[in-house]
Amino acid sequence: MTAEEHHEPSFYVKIWAILLVLLIVSVLGPMIGIKWITLLTAFGIALVKAYLVAVNFMHINLTPRYVVYLVTTTLVFMLLFFAGSAPDVMKEHGRNWEKPAWIATEAAYQAGELDLGHGHGGDHEAESGHHGQSEHH
Amino acid sequence: MSARPIATTRSAAGMPTPRLAVWWVIASEIVIFGGLLGSYIMHRIAHGEWAEYAANTNTMIGATNTFVLLTSSLFAVLAHQAAERGDGKTAARFLYMTTGGGLVFLTIKAFEWTSEISHGMTITANTFWSFYYTAAGIHALHVIAGMIIMLFVAQTAKRNEDLHRVEIIGIYWHFVDIVWIFLFPLLYIAK
Repeated sequence: MTAEEHHEPSFYVKIWAILLVLLIVSVLGPMIGIKWITLLTAFGIALVKAYLVAVNFMHINLTPRYVVYLVTTTLVFMLLFFAGSAPDVMKEHGRNWEKPAWIATEAAYQAGELDLGHGHGGDHEAESGHHGQSEHH
Repeated sequence: MSARPIATTRSAAGMPTPRLAVWWVIASEIVIFGGLLGSYIMHRIAHGEWAEYAANTNTMIGATNTFVLLTSSLFAVLAHQAAERGDGKTAARFLYMTTGGGLVFLTIKAFEWTSEISHGMTITANTFWSFYYTAAGIHALHVIAGMIIMLFVAQTAKRNEDLHRVEIIGIYWHFVDIVWIFLFPLLYIAK
């Protein structure tokens, strides 16, 4: 809040109430069981909630424009990081590499043979070849 | 001669220096949490079996903690508003309430982690749980840091001194809240 903007406490309580309604929707959405609704209610609503907090509680809209650029720049760097790293992480084969342990684990999972009752799983399990302590479900 | 800092405003930046500083902190925090969560997302999408591990997290506990942090953020902004009015005592009271919210958040987290760890879901169990404890753990450290700073700020605010600090710690606290807003769907809803 700056000299340019003064709100009554009721304004902030109203924003808080909206955030709580959005929270309830984000919890109920996945219960429908439709994937795109889950994604929308979980991550779409998270973006809306973050926006409401940044604008109404942090008052980022009242800071000089370069602060918005500063924050946006770091977010763009994160997207660049994701775009640069994800192809290697998310693919099991590459030009000069492959992930045999990962492929074995994925195959076992798809075939229903992966023992998810043990702590060790995913690529680590196949690479190390040992099991950790049991895991409760 | 006073040792108190005098550079509390800077016309070239167009805003008070402490506020500029906290936005710099937040910009660097975005890179820290963004890198961690970006790595988690790409691994989570690539490993179908992680859905089985994620099914063990308790959505209602995550939702309760989201409610607690959102409410503590409300207290933080009300503290800021009181500080703007020059009412340091009320600002301090709201800061104590915000700190209380942080304490409730950490207490719930402690019970949650105790249950999970006692059932074998430890940080070394597999990569999913490594991400889970690292992300939530770093966030919890930020909550603790915010609470400690807030208690110092409340002490001076109570005496109507350095009331501009109330806004600064509030901005940081809201950022910690935003990080949890994204951690909640990533760790508790996407199953």
